[in-house]
Amino acid sequence: MEQQKQVVAKSNVFKELGTLLKQNIRDYVMYIALVIIMAFFTYKTNGAFITARNLSNLINQSGYVAVLAIGMTLILILKHIDLSVGFVAGFSGAVAAIVLTQLKLNVWVTVIVVLLVGLVIGLYQGLLVTRVGVPAFVTTLAGMFIFRGLLSLTLQKTGTIIIPDATFNAFSNGFIPDIPGLNLGIHFLTLLIGAVAIVLVIISQIKNRKNKLKYNFKVVSMPIFIFTILFASVIITMIIVLLAKYSGIPWTAVIVAVVLLIYNFMLNKTRLGRYIYGIGGNDQAAELSGIDVKQVTLFAFCSMSVLAALAGILYTSRLQSAAPAAGVGFELDAIASSFIGGTAVSGGIGKVTNTIIGVLVIMSLTNGMNLMGVDISYQYIVKGAIFIIAVAFDVRTRKKGR
Amino acid sequence: MSDCILEMRNITKVFPGVKALNDVNFKVERGEIHCLVGENGAGKSTLMKVLSGVYHHGTYTGDIVYNSEIQQFQSIKDSETKGIVIVAQELALIPELSIYENIYFGHEIMNGKTINWNETIVKSTELLKKVRLDVDPSTKVKDLGVGKRQLIEIAKALSKDVKLLILDEPTAALNEDDSQNLLEIIKELKENGVTCIMISHKLKEIIAIADTITVLRDGATICSMDAKKQVISEAEIIKNMVGREIDSIYPKRQKREIGDVCFEIKDWTVDDPAKGREILHNVCMNVKKGEIVGLQGLMGAGRTELALSVFGNSPKYKIKNGTITMNGKTKDFKNPKDAIKAGVAYVTEDRKGNGLVLIQDIKYNISISGLDMLTKGLVINQNEEIKIANQFKDSINIKAPSITQKVGNLSGGNQQKVQLAKWMFINPQVLILDEPTRGIDVGAKFEIYTLMNRLVEQGMSIIMISSELPEILGMSDRLYVMSEGTITGELMAEDANEQNVMAMAIKS
Repeated sequence: MEQQKQVVAKSNVFKELGTLLKQNIRDYVMYIALVIIMAFFTYKTNGAFITARNLSNLINQSGYVAVLAIGMTLILILKHIDLSVGFVAGFSGAVAAIVLTQLKLNVWVTVIVVLLVGLVIGLYQGLLVTRVGVPAFVTTLAGMFIFRGLLSLTLQKTGTIIIPDATFNAFSNGFIPDIPGLNLGIHFLTLLIGAVAIVLVIISQIKNRKNKLKYNFKVVSMPIFIFTILFASVIITMIIVLLAKYSGIPWTAVIVAVVLLIYNFMLNKTRLGRYIYGIGGNDQAAELSGIDVKQVTLFAFCSMSVLAALAGILYTSRLQSAAPAAGVGFELDAIASSFIGGTAVSGGIGKVTNTIIGVLVIMSLTNGMNLMGVDISYQYIVKGAIFIIAVAFDVRTRKKGR
Repeated sequence: MSDCILEMRNITKVFPGVKALNDVNFKVERGEIHCLVGENGAGKSTLMKVLSGVYHHGTYTGDIVYNSEIQQFQSIKDSETKGIVIVAQELALIPELSIYENIYFGHEIMNGKTINWNETIVKSTELLKKVRLDVDPSTKVKDLGVGKRQLIEIAKALSKDVKLLILDEPTAALNEDDSQNLLEIIKELKENGVTCIMISHKLKEIIAIADTITVLRDGATICSMDAKKQVISEAEIIKNMVGREIDSIYPKRQKREIGDVCFEIKDWTVDDPAKGREILHNVCMNVKKGEIVGLQGLMGAGRTELALSVFGNSPKYKIKNGTITMNGKTKDFKNPKDAIKAGVAYVTEDRKGNGLVLIQDIKYNISISGLDMLTKGLVINQNEEIKIANQFKDSINIKAPSITQKVGNLSGGNQQKVQLAKWMFINPQVLILDEPTRGIDVGAKFEIYTLMNRLVEQGMSIIMISSELPEILGMSDRLYVMSEGTITGELMAEDANEQNVMAMAIKS
């Protein structure tokens, strides 16, 4: 009797797993793909890929793409595109180098100045799109020309500028300091942050579930709920322990996490976020619902260019120099990441949290293939193939969903 | 037993969370006009989509027997080769192409590898004659009115050698004259041997034209009535549709307390840059507190243009002259946001096109215009949002499994209720309703009329735009008639009748 009950309960769990899998196939496939890609490179590089050192590297390399892709997700939800982000980032990096080395301003002042430059660029492109009515594709294509030119103009006299500032270079090379006085052979603060993160995840999940139950919304069954939480905790623990064994959490991760939290909050909890989804879903309905479509669109372009400027800072910091070739192809990685992360090609749908998964997919490919010594030409082809497969799969699953 | 062209047996179609069709049986005799009626969400359109292969074989259970053979359509193309053609509710013509290009779009007349345009034009001209349309086949579709476009769709169907023609609410967007014309053409097709299934909410039309009437309710067949031998009454159809008798189509208001003028438009003159001409000429109208004002006029009279230009949709229209006054104060709406802030709301006639965000859920669509009220600091109070959406779902009877249902999956009537809930939430002073019951069945219509009464009793003012005369006469306290961008008459409800309103509507 008791046994029978257990069997029934088990088969129910599997049935639920099946429907969950069907409903969220898009998301799961993305996670599974990431795991497969990582496993593949680990195998091919005899474990070099999954080492703490390489993972820290991966995070540091991904920073600028992550920041760009988050901004791009907004733009793509709104059914626009921004092709100029690469050279805006490159140009911003050059500005940072000039301000830092020639005007000899403080690092933090430099950061503010560069972000302001981004804002001005965003206003310029955003106003062209919203007030003049030039399509974003054209506006930002022209932007590609202009900022590429401005980049080489800025560095014309000096050539590549080496940046000697340690604080600035730490943005994409440094790690958070440990609590002074401890000498455990492992990065304790990192472990602490990991523990806090796990607790926060668990609390928010339970709160969310309780709230859903309160309104009689569908929730997953208890075993699956516990499994999800456990799974998330294990993943976080694994990453944290790996990082802690090396040098701790990179500053890049902190910067990206802050940007991600802000944008995730904005999209899910604020009016602005709602309006962005509304405009992407049906811009005419949004307009007639009293949403200022132009203003929201202008905001998205400003945010995009400010993030591009931030990406420029991260990239320059990573290379510890500003080079005339910086920024080439950034927009490709950013757009691909966002689409791989499930932003709908028809607009109106997308999550910045999933975009980050898309970034990890793209950057793992780059990093892994570099480790394997794959020729750059093949790298582009592989990335393009993964990109188009992801979008094709996305389009198909969405059609079935209707 | 007589000759059946089509028999659909035990059709069941399930959408996530909804059983749209439940064991439906549906039989059509050769050469008849078969009308399919039912409330919104009863499953009429779904049944026709199953028949025409939009929902391909395997996504439903049951059999389609057509010309005594079981059919397994994989796509519309399959059903079309067998002579089944569906003219959908939303017209599928390409505005920038000419009539003849549209008619033969997708099955071009070929001359080897190239298109034979001469033959196309000759054949199109013949088809246009068949649908009694006297226009040059090289006219662009965008230059035609809705009525004529509907006829082009039928001509297109005829070009495909149609045996079974399915019309999904063909007259929903048409005025009286165009509707009559269309019905005549359907009768002619019948004489030429075309069997026709027509979905409609207009009961008068159905009674006039149908040989058989089948009623669907909640995804099941309720009855099939033979209308050849006896005349079926409206009341009987309604009873079967809703499962209850509706004694009056237009509910009476409990109290009628009409106050002072609260919203007034004066000398409203507007240019449409896209058309390059003046579309509204010195329009003056007002509405009083607690009053329903009807705005009647034929298609193209400028009613929607009036509403949109007043509502602040300025990029589309250029306001040359005129003032808006609310409670004695002059207002200038630069965009819909301004209008909403001042207490004016506009329920569009085109729910799917510019009313709702279809890929979002019910609660999203209800709260979107009133998020200011739900926001503290930066954060939207999502619990409050759920509470309010649930309240509306219950109070105005939005039929859906949950408020997290995507609006795109709802039936027309329920979509309309979501639109109304959106505006009721912000509680405007003036509510402009543009064709509030278009494409909606009798039951939901009654609910929407009752709701309108409730709102004016609470002191709201309503401007109701409609091309359905009975509705205007049944609901308004006072009405304006428009023709070609000018107000041609103003009548109190008790002085208005179909004749004098129509006379004003066609005056130019």
